[in-house]
Amino acid sequence: MSILAEVTGSLGSIGYGLAAIGPGIGIGIIFGQGVQAIARQPEAYGVIRQNMILGFALAEALALIGFVVPFVFGA
Amino acid sequence: MNLATIATEDACHLNSGCGFPAPNAEIFFLKPYSLTLFGHHLLISKSIILALLVALIVITFFVAASRSSKLVPTKLQSIGEQAYLFIRDQIAREVIGKEGDKFVPFLGSLFFFIWICNLMGVVPGAQFPVMSSLAFPVALTLMVYITYVYLGMKHQGPIKFFTNAAFPPGVPKAMYVLLTPLELLGLLVTRPVTQAIRLFANMFAGHLLITTFTVGAYYLLSPSIIGALGSVTSFGVTVVLTGFEMFIQGLQAFIFTLLTAVYIGGSLHAEH
Repeated sequence: MSILAEVTGSLGSIGYGLAAIGPGIGIGIIFGQGVQAIARQPEAYGVIRQNMILGFALAEALALIGFVVPFVFGA
Repeated sequence: MNLATIATEDACHLNSGCGFPAPNAEIFFLKPYSLTLFGHHLLISKSIILALLVALIVITFFVAASRSSKLVPTKLQSIGEQAYLFIRDQIAREVIGKEGDKFVPFLGSLFFFIWICNLMGVVPGAQFPVMSSLAFPVALTLMVYITYVYLGMKHQGPIKFFTNAAFPPGVPKAMYVLLTPLELLGLLVTRPVTQAIRLFANMFAGHLLITTFTVGAYYLLSPSIIGALGSVTSFGVTVVLTGFEMFIQGLQAFIFTLLTAVYIGGSLHAEH
């Protein structure tokens, strides 16, 4: 089979860029909604903040895996 | 190319013809110190030395703060009490509830050990975040993993713990086909793996970022306008990033401890 198209260069950077899209949107939504929830119900600040940080940590893990994988499997 | 060779190759600046020596993952594999102790030849890495030092600092601080407690606290005791109260009120009681008081020593040790270990990344002289070696987060996570699986089996029953997690109530029967494997995978694999990777990757990424801008500031330093301006900018970014990194280090220690508390809380009581 002949190669029709090929991508070379620092693919790790491109991979990281792609991996950051989803978590970026997710973290934006989490903190946006979190701030809105605090504004609506300031007395529930503790519970909201805790869940906000939890959601942030889970979404952020994906971006960080995207960052580390090129180092592990790149060379 | 690692930092040591960059430092010795004095000529490597903007207009001297060599490309930008971008730091890579090699900066995390430092050459271990070798020493002979009681006839045994030992290789000790910087991360081990720093981890032991941090353990010593944390133990000394809390022993000194809690020894000879008085009703009217001294300055040191006051700081120790603030640290204890932070873990108890912000993490243990907030997440686990009143029963969480039992776990404050465990959670507190985790938080302060991880935080000071991370802080070693910006302390002059040390400048190596211990948690950027994957083995350390993995060891801590294994400890947490064994703790919450044991607690779950003890409080919910050895088999009930897994069935409670696998079959969450209030879901249509047909959904269990999809849900059960996912829930079990989440409980036994995804939780520990992401907890370790999160801490490791945050420290790894932060340290690499700071190193890149530090090397950049050194590389751009040359007798030209672009070089001088670029070098100053790069150095300024390094300073700002160091501040940001200190925030991230505290946040990651907090998140690790918070997740530990969430997992322990989930093990103590089944979802209902």
